[in-house]
Amino acid sequence: GAFAEPVDDQLVVNEDISIVTRTAAPAHVSDALDEVMSGWLFRGTETRAMQADDFDNPGMIFVEQALEVWETAEGTEGKSCAACHNDIDSMAGVKATYPKWNEAAGEVRTLQMQVNDCRTNRMGAEAWKYDSGDAINMEAALASVSRGMPVNVAIDGPAQSAWELGKELYYTRTGQLELSCSNCHEDNYGMMIRADHLSQGQINGFPVYRLKNTKLNGVHSRFKGCVRDTRAETYSPGSAEFVALELYVASRGNGLSVEGPSVRN
Amino acid sequence: MRISVILASLVGLAGSGALAEEVAPTAVSFNEGAVEQSLTGVPGDPANGRLIVGDKGQGNCVACHQVSDLADVPWHGEIGPMLDGTADRWSEAELRGIVVNAKIMFEDSMMPSFYKTEGFIRPGNAYTGKAADETFGPLLSAQQVEDVVAYLTTLKE
Ligand code: HEC
Ligand code: HEC
Ligand code: HEC
Repeated sequence: GAFAEPVDDQLVVNEDISIVTRTAAPAHVSDALDEVMSGWLFRGTETRAMQADDFDNPGMIFVEQALEVWETAEGTEGKSCAACHNDIDSMAGVKATYPKWNEAAGEVRTLQMQVNDCRTNRMGAEAWKYDSGDAINMEAALASVSRGMPVNVAIDGPAQSAWELGKELYYTRTGQLELSCSNCHEDNYGMMIRADHLSQGQINGFPVYRLKNTKLNGVHSRFKGCVRDTRAETYSPGSAEFVALELYVASRGNGLSVEGPSVRN
Repeated sequence: MRISVILASLVGLAGSGALAEEVAPTAVSFNEGAVEQSLTGVPGDPANGRLIVGDKGQGNCVACHQVSDLADVPWHGEIGPMLDGTADRWSEAELRGIVVNAKIMFEDSMMPSFYKTEGFIRPGNAYTGKAADETFGPLLSAQQVEDVVAYLTTLKE
């Protein structure tokens, strides 16, 4: 078909941050893919352009909101994020390494889990609901200060078993349509599935501002939608399964730049 | 005596045909991926089959296949082969087998099985994301499959 290929285009945000949108596949996926590609390459000209300038990127409005929350004291300890972490620029590079093994907790944590740990254990504030507005806005703010840095999640050591669970989930054909993530995003990226141009389903661009629902969308919510579309019983955002799947899918994009908040349709 | 028994059983067969007794999804018999026997005994309606193939809420076959005859339906996918001329490539029985359960003809095919009710991992209740309940049935009814097959047999180059 006419749009069956990822475009040949370069993403530079604010004429400043060069984004790696395609690169050699990391070793642990080289049996399946030669190259890994950002979903940005599969979107139309106008959607791509919106992401090149923060004034045109509607996701940045939510980042602004999160920056206010960053400065706002909350909870029984009367502390804000800024009270401990200073300027949010101190978080540059953090997003690129999540999900990540947390030694003290003995679990793989997504960025949202880590933020909630700070909220509940250090601020005495309530945890944010997974992928809810506050949580996803803060994730977007944390992503925005890592833009252009290479995704680099660790898949070995104590994270390995979660990574393996995620891999198994990625290749399992679920639901009445018996489709796996790989059926659509590995075997058929670049193809049209009805009106949708299939990308590799990478998550380096998350959180994603979608023109379709005009808000920021989290990784787990996207997973949920894709699993639901196989006519399956989905897992819930924040579940151990989706944490593992996030780790695995993130690792498939090791080497791509952090792009969030990105713009998609 | 013997003749009357045979006659009686023939009458019985004809009777079941007239009552359009369906072959259950779990009772379909395949021969090298093909299904010889009609699932209903009632001839398929190609016009309705054409609608099912193009309709998002029914077969949604165009999600993955292009069909020139359905040019009026927007957005055809590119996952599977173009269905133009498929009747020149496959017999009616083979087409029925492909629609019922394509994975028997094409190992590990991405094509969903449209007349199957067992063997799924985490089957859901349609597109709700919730678990399947007692209303769970095949993607297409037996007669819808026959209608689709009747339509496919018209797709000659
Ligand atoms: C009272 C101090 C305190 C407050 C308030 C606080 N944090 Fe933290 N935060 C920490 C400490 C200490 C760590 C390091 C934890 C560790 O290494 O396991 C941390 C770690 C993090 C990390 C992970 C950094 C990494 O390199 O992995 C993130 C992200 C984070 N905090 C975000 C936030 C956000 C967002 C808020 C406000 C909603 C917040 N924190 C509030 C003390 C705080
Ligand atoms: C039936 C096909 C299908 C299946 C199966 C499927 N997806 Fe998707 N997915 C899509 C479509 C269509 C889109 C929107 C277009 C695009 O970005 O690829 C999408 C988008 C995505 C995106 C957003 C990419 C971006 O850059 O915004 C991610 C991430 C994703 N899928 C991950 C998954 C994962 C993980 C699984 C398995 C749990 C999965 N998908 C299963 C069809 C599918
Ligand atoms: C999710 C994708 C998908 C959907 C939906 C789908 N198919 Fe297919 N179909 C395929 C693929 C892929 C093949 C190629 C066979 C293989 O897997 O090697 C195929 C093959 C076929 C063939 C054989 C094609 C030929 O001429 O050689 C027919 C006929 C067919 N499909 C009909 C249908 C009908 C009718 C429907 C809907 C009721 C349908 N398909 C829905 C993916 C799909």
